[in-house]
Amino acid sequence: MIIYEMFKDSEESRNMFSWGFIFVDDWDSVKESYGALSFIYGTIVSSLIALFMALPVSIGVAIFLSELAKTAIRTTISFMVEILAAIPSIIYGFWGIFALAPFMRETVQPFLQSVLGFIPFFQGNIYGFGMLTAGIILAIMITPIITSITRDVLRAIPVSQREAAYSLGSTRWEAIKMALLNAKSGILGATVLGLGRAIGETMAVTMVIGNRAQIKASLFEPAYSMASVIANEFAEASGSLHISALIEVGLILFGVTFIINSLARFLIFSVTYKMDNK
Amino acid sequence: MDRSVLLLNERNLKQRKIKNYLMILFCAISSIITIFPLVYIFFYTTGAGISAINLDFFINLPKPVGETGGGMLNAIVGTLILIGIGGLFGIPIGILAGIYVSEYSGSIMSNIVKFITDVLSGTPSIIIGIFAYGLIVLPMQRFSALAGGFALGILMIPTITRITEEMLKLVPHTLREASLALGISRWKTTLRIVLRTASSGIITGILLAIARASGETAPLLFTSFGNNFWSISLDQPIASIPVMIFNYAISPFDEWHRKAWAGAFVLITIVFLVNLIVRIVTKTKYKAG
Repeated sequence: MIIYEMFKDSEESRNMFSWGFIFVDDWDSVKESYGALSFIYGTIVSSLIALFMALPVSIGVAIFLSELAKTAIRTTISFMVEILAAIPSIIYGFWGIFALAPFMRETVQPFLQSVLGFIPFFQGNIYGFGMLTAGIILAIMITPIITSITRDVLRAIPVSQREAAYSLGSTRWEAIKMALLNAKSGILGATVLGLGRAIGETMAVTMVIGNRAQIKASLFEPAYSMASVIANEFAEASGSLHISALIEVGLILFGVTFIINSLARFLIFSVTYKMDNK
Repeated sequence: MDRSVLLLNERNLKQRKIKNYLMILFCAISSIITIFPLVYIFFYTTGAGISAINLDFFINLPKPVGETGGGMLNAIVGTLILIGIGGLFGIPIGILAGIYVSEYSGSIMSNIVKFITDVLSGTPSIIIGIFAYGLIVLPMQRFSALAGGFALGILMIPTITRITEEMLKLVPHTLREASLALGISRWKTTLRIVLRTASSGIITGILLAIARASGETAPLLFTSFGNNFWSISLDQPIASIPVMIFNYAISPFDEWHRKAWAGAFVLITIVFLVNLIVRIVTKTKYKAG
């Protein structure tokens, strides 16, 4: 039903721009020329930054929770991770504007520029708001999801496997590595699910990404994402073509998250199913 | 394999032990890294919120820029109304879908329902907003509380369905069989016995769904839209706390920022309390079971 509705409502824009819509980076409501490439780029890059930062940390936490921590510490930390997942995204965004962005502008970005300035990613003007800041916020937001699923997948691996590893004289890390290898498709699923979440995240990204439709190599530059352009322009869109174009952006977004989520469910399911049937 | 030979090698063992400690250290450090933003956000919001919050915030309407005082009464009431509409619509559907998936599991239809719920829970909330816009706002020709509530209702469904399903699965099968053996029809068994046994779990699910919905902003931007004045009619735009925070946060006025922090503080408190309650309830339940 959702798909049908969005398909119908975006008809005008689809007829107008056909497939060129996703390959053109021009977005101008005055000239009535719409292309979504810069939003797609912004969404993908900010999500990838988030994933790149969140993945090792989440796996670390998941291992800590499922293999290492004592019960008291474990319940406290899992509770905190749950809260982290439950905080409304608007609060992340708000915090991003007033705490993270100034911090990025004054401390992190000048430092990165002076150390890694030779890479194009870290050149250009420093605004504080931009791709990198959005990526960091997203990383904070998707860590709890990846963590909790990875932890569940690790728990599904039988303890006897670890005992077998210990009995062969392996260290604790080597035993954990065994479990990780067994859980790898589940962890991949958790990662993909986190990616899907990052792609669809709206408010927090809108508030810190800078909202400028452009494609720049520098991660410090403001950018735009699919979800945030809808959030910003939908309520005051001028003309039916504009709305229709925005709905088409939504349709692309929905398609992407749909595929990603189905993939993730399938991967997680395959691990838990295999373990249940052993 | 030559693993046993490697084991005898003293230097190799030392390396493995160092690696072991390093990796465990890494895991512990990542836990700290993860907890840090939570603590930071929590205290930042609390710090900024408490100084801005007072009785006015809860009992007054927003004032224009420049005037001091004023509150968010309309947004608070608006959020309650939106959640009410969403709940009226989302909770029954969520529970019924959960019952269907759990009690009639195995059929093709229940698998389809399950899959759709999964997809729905992964769908970005802004997409739900567009959907509500197309379905309700366009035909009505204006933003309305009804559309916002509808969007929130859809958002609640997957959470409630999932938890209902899991809670019903915890109900022992013998209970159902005993009831059926006494000649009670299937729908009565489900409604009066299975559902009642699982009710406390389902209530926690509803609480979680409400907590999540109360913080949702994206789908409300172009369904309920927001309103600076007092309004409780369902076919008009209505204010809500998250949208109010958003509008105030991106405004250039310090006074409004303080208001927004107060709103954020209220939201974060709700979320924290609900999670704490759920945690305590489920914990005592598992201990008893």
